[in-house]
Amino acid sequence: MDVIKAIESEQMRDDVLNFHVGDTIKVYFKIREGEKERVQVYEGLVIAFNNGGIRKTVTVRKNSYGVGVERIFPVHSPRIEKIDVVRRGRVRRAKLYYIRGKVGKAAKVPELIVKRR
Amino acid sequence: MLGLIGKKIGMTQVFDANGILTPVTVIKIEDNVVIENRTVEKNGYNSCVLGSFDKKKSQTTKPYAGQFTDVCAPKKTLVEMRDFDKEAAVGEVLKVDVFNDVSFVDVVGTSKGKGFQGGMKRHNFAGGRATHGSKFHRDIGGTAMSASPSRTFKGKRMAGRMGADKVTVQNLRVVRVDEEMQVLLVKGAIPGPAQSVVIVKKAKKK
Repeated sequence: MDVIKAIESEQMRDDVLNFHVGDTIKVYFKIREGEKERVQVYEGLVIAFNNGGIRKTVTVRKNSYGVGVERIFPVHSPRIEKIDVVRRGRVRRAKLYYIRGKVGKAAKVPELIVKRR
Repeated sequence: MLGLIGKKIGMTQVFDANGILTPVTVIKIEDNVVIENRTVEKNGYNSCVLGSFDKKKSQTTKPYAGQFTDVCAPKKTLVEMRDFDKEAAVGEVLKVDVFNDVSFVDVVGTSKGKGFQGGMKRHNFAGGRATHGSKFHRDIGGTAMSASPSRTFKGKRMAGRMGADKVTVQNLRVVRVDEEMQVLLVKGAIPGPAQSVVIVKKAKKK
């Protein structure tokens, strides 16, 4: 079992997981078009984390011209250049699947305000 | 034929060069000691006998231990590799770096035992429909013809013991050879439960 953990930990990234469910993030995802490689930016709301270890994925939802779009990214993928947090959200559950059935203001997550000490 | 004795550790996933998550099986190669080299002059064929995994002295009989005199302590698993491609002297320890230039392997293992199973699971028979009063669900159906030959032929596929068979999976891609941990990562699944002994050979058909 330790061997498997060692193999997985080799490729795990500790630089991307700086966000939580409810946050709005920007994912800089490398895309290969033929020979060329370019970076595509995908911005949306984090509605769920799934799986664990090297298989950990994040589901990011956004509204594109009135159509709800969800993309699932493997968090530890080497094709993710970086992930920026645009806005922190205040949520009370781990999966925000209820957002799927909401439109407009009801589909908003309130912003997390951290008090400074 | 190049090959080594290994132990199935389990499965995981790794990202390949293109950033695609690939399912892999981890095979641990513990020290493989060359016990004997068989030759055409002496035995009628060429082969190399490999041994792996230490055996407790209290569990070793004298005749069994006799095979290992002057070479090493008795080993649990002994495997004969016909026409071994690598020059290896008796007593030499082979490690996972044997597979450094190999891109495809065949893996031989013992599949998981399933116990006594019916025809549907064991031989993929179709069975009958579940509803509409069919009264024929998971049966195997007819087993023979009529008054002639008035018997069931030998070898007719029926319910019985399933699994725990010797199974070979061919042409598995070698994803990585890790000399530090002495492990081999191959793409895809291999037969048997974790911790079981497997034989990894260079692919026959590649």
